[in-house]
Amino acid sequence: MFACDLSFYIGFVVLFWWIQDQPLESIKRNYCRDRRDFRQAILSDRTVYLSIQNNHVTLLNKKLIDWLRYASTQQGGGTSSVGFFTGPRIRQPGPVTELDGSVSGDFFTVLCVGQGFTEDQWMNVHSFSLLRPWLLASDSVSNGNASAEAGGKAREYLGPPSLMTSLLSSSPSSRLQLSLSLSHSHSTDDRSEVDGSVVSMVSATSSSSRLLAPKERLREKAFQYCQRLIEQSDRKAQKRVDTELQKAVYRAFPCVKALYGRLSGDLGYARVLLPIAQFYLNHGELAAVECESVWKLVFGRFPAELFNEPYLTHELLRFTRLNLQHLQARVPQYTHTFPNLLKFLAWDSPAVVEDFVDLLPSLVTSGTAVELLHSLLDLPCLSATLILQLRLAFSPISEAGGRSHLSLEAFRNPSYRGLFLFLLRGEAGSGDTIARLSKLHELLVEAVDWPRVVQSAQAVPVLLHVYFNAVVTVANEKLLAQLISVLLERSSLLFNIPTYIKEIHRVFSCHLLRFCKLHPSLVVDQSHELLEFAGTTANVWLLGEYLSVTSDARCSVELITSCFESLEAVLALAKLASRSHDLIPRVSLFLSKLRSVSRGGPVVWCSSEDDLVAIVTRGEELCSLLKLPGVAQSVLTPPPSISDPRWHRDVNVALPYQLRILTGLTHLH
Amino acid sequence: MVHCFLIHTAGPVSGPGPGDSRVLFSRVFGPHLQGRSLQRDQLMVVLSSVSLSREASGRGSGAGEGGGVPATDEGTALQEADGGVLRLRAGDPFPGAERSVLWLAVRSLAFTLVCLPHDNLLLAEATLRSLARHCLEHLRLLGNGSEVLLKVDRIDFLLGKLLPHGQLLFLNHRFTQSLEKDITAYMAK
Repeated sequence: MFACDLSFYIGFVVLFWWIQDQPLESIKRNYCRDRRDFRQAILSDRTVYLSIQNNHVTLLNKKLIDWLRYASTQQGGGTSSVGFFTGPRIRQPGPVTELDGSVSGDFFTVLCVGQGFTEDQWMNVHSFSLLRPWLLASDSVSNGNASAEAGGKAREYLGPPSLMTSLLSSSPSSRLQLSLSLSHSHSTDDRSEVDGSVVSMVSATSSSSRLLAPKERLREKAFQYCQRLIEQSDRKAQKRVDTELQKAVYRAFPCVKALYGRLSGDLGYARVLLPIAQFYLNHGELAAVECESVWKLVFGRFPAELFNEPYLTHELLRFTRLNLQHLQARVPQYTHTFPNLLKFLAWDSPAVVEDFVDLLPSLVTSGTAVELLHSLLDLPCLSATLILQLRLAFSPISEAGGRSHLSLEAFRNPSYRGLFLFLLRGEAGSGDTIARLSKLHELLVEAVDWPRVVQSAQAVPVLLHVYFNAVVTVANEKLLAQLISVLLERSSLLFNIPTYIKEIHRVFSCHLLRFCKLHPSLVVDQSHELLEFAGTTANVWLLGEYLSVTSDARCSVELITSCFESLEAVLALAKLASRSHDLIPRVSLFLSKLRSVSRGGPVVWCSSEDDLVAIVTRGEELCSLLKLPGVAQSVLTPPPSISDPRWHRDVNVALPYQLRILTGLTHLH
Repeated sequence: MVHCFLIHTAGPVSGPGPGDSRVLFSRVFGPHLQGRSLQRDQLMVVLSSVSLSREASGRGSGAGEGGGVPATDEGTALQEADGGVLRLRAGDPFPGAERSVLWLAVRSLAFTLVCLPHDNLLLAEATLRSLARHCLEHLRLLGNGSEVLLKVDRIDFLLGKLLPHGQLLFLNHRFTQSLEKDITAYMAK
């Protein structure tokens, strides 16, 4: 009887909870398919759905109140045991006790223990376990449906959203005061008068009104239950498993500031402190409490000391993601905590890279952009350093011949201490990067194939794209110029994992192009650095210079990389020449050399026959074009209005049309 | 309310890939709003994510662990278990909200709990451990010739007690003892 009852109610709550998540149409569609399920009848029609919901919600609210608040305080069971001589006897049950062994002085909760449990005590456990989803679900019905169908029926079925849900859910709430004041109202409850239970702090200071709707009464009872749990959580548990349960309880009811004071010293409670941080974030302003120390803990010690705890990592990053807006608004130092947050990424990048895709844009500001870029590029080094740090912590005495012997030695060496400490810094602002980066790379050279290092190197290109996409939204031209010089500088100063370097270069060139497109004048400002870096100009010059000496190995290494790059470079040369006619003879000479070499058979700078033909053909075209400088200019440097995509679609004035005419002209020549 | 509970193989890290994992048992809680094949596809995504995550953690059931003969002592096996938690974005593969996937790998076997955003992960972690322990103890999953597929009723019983309808329970040690008594009695049948 009991089991069936329980199963029905839990089943109903589960169903109810799930319904909240699904669009009604899909529920209807899917349920009607499954004829065996009685619930399809409930769900096949919106009206029925709502009215059944209404009846059951009220019923269940009442039931939950009874189970939560009025479970028996006598030990259950009276477990019959068969004595050896005396025959069957019933052991007399006493009152339930608290976790520390003392007799319980107030109503029954999940933190009360006894030899056995009565049915209503079991229901108490189940009710509390599903209380949160239940409150959230019934709240979302009253909010969600009401807003979904403006002026709809749902509003009249369910009361106003409030109290516990707002305390428990992550939305910041000004309703805290309301719920507190409610629990200090003075009318008495119907049942608490009757059952004559011993009144404790919680019961004495709170009461409810029979005037309240069942839903509101449930919220109030839930609040009392939480208060009592917090009282109980303070007791020293005799069993370890109960300590664990106490931790979980803290998580569900983070509404006592004292908890923080008690727990903040012990990193073992880190995961419990996150909901408390949530509470501070939501209500700190209202309560006018000092939150500084909370953030020092959450974004300071936690990442710095617990970066290798997967659950804490998951929960902390989740907390940060879900509260991003509030954190940005209320925790001024948040954006400067990235060196610490990146430790999670450096340690286990596959597990958290998704989180960082979401979080990274929030960390990009004009103040942090440059340092953040350096930090991202140094991520593989940070991974290696964290591994060394842990290794040193676990085995402080050197084991000779260990896999990380050299780097571990370097990590211990006081003269390199500064380098590692910079990587391990907790906050931004102590400088963008360090001078002896190449030395650091040297020291960590044996880390290039450590799995964690390789993994974090794989995450960097993805995050760089996210970074650059974000940075263009916050950066002015001056900052972009600064970033370009960082790109150019760092492109030759990367941790020596070949695929990593290649990937980073690819990302760099992609975004360099975007920067310049955004602010063309950057090319002029940074032309000196660009020329030094790009190499393509130099390469093209080399190409022209050494083309007759096809066997020269020095230029082959650089030129062989991509034929298409060469193709573009040829075009770039012609473009530049068309803008300065003095250059035309030089370019023409170069282009004609290009033609002559193709007759001489295969060349070292282009391995593919087809590509070579393509390049030579393009060269010939450009050569012909440059014979008519005025025409060349209009084709190669069209005014912006022509490059507007719409032009190309217009057959009469399109660029292809112009080109066709030009081809005809050049043939006449 | 958790989304689902799975028992699946967790192939050796050096193996051919996550595609090798096989679902041995799955229980999806709440009404089944999707077709079976869609659900299977979703579970496969969970499996491969767990495999990747396990591989990334650098541990696994590869060679060298346990030194040759694999012990079948469930207690020790559980102590050596590795675990972790990962995030699945909303809509990929589960529609609606995002999911947290908690996994616990014992040798070549993995237990996985897919949780919804409001689930208490401390409770979930403890429940997952408890489920894994009971499964190993009572079903002898690590032994030779053990066939999970034939023991579905027992796993269902365990779930009914420890995770009824997918609901995570706040159980103090007395309640736990009481449940364990029921479980032992059932398993002895």
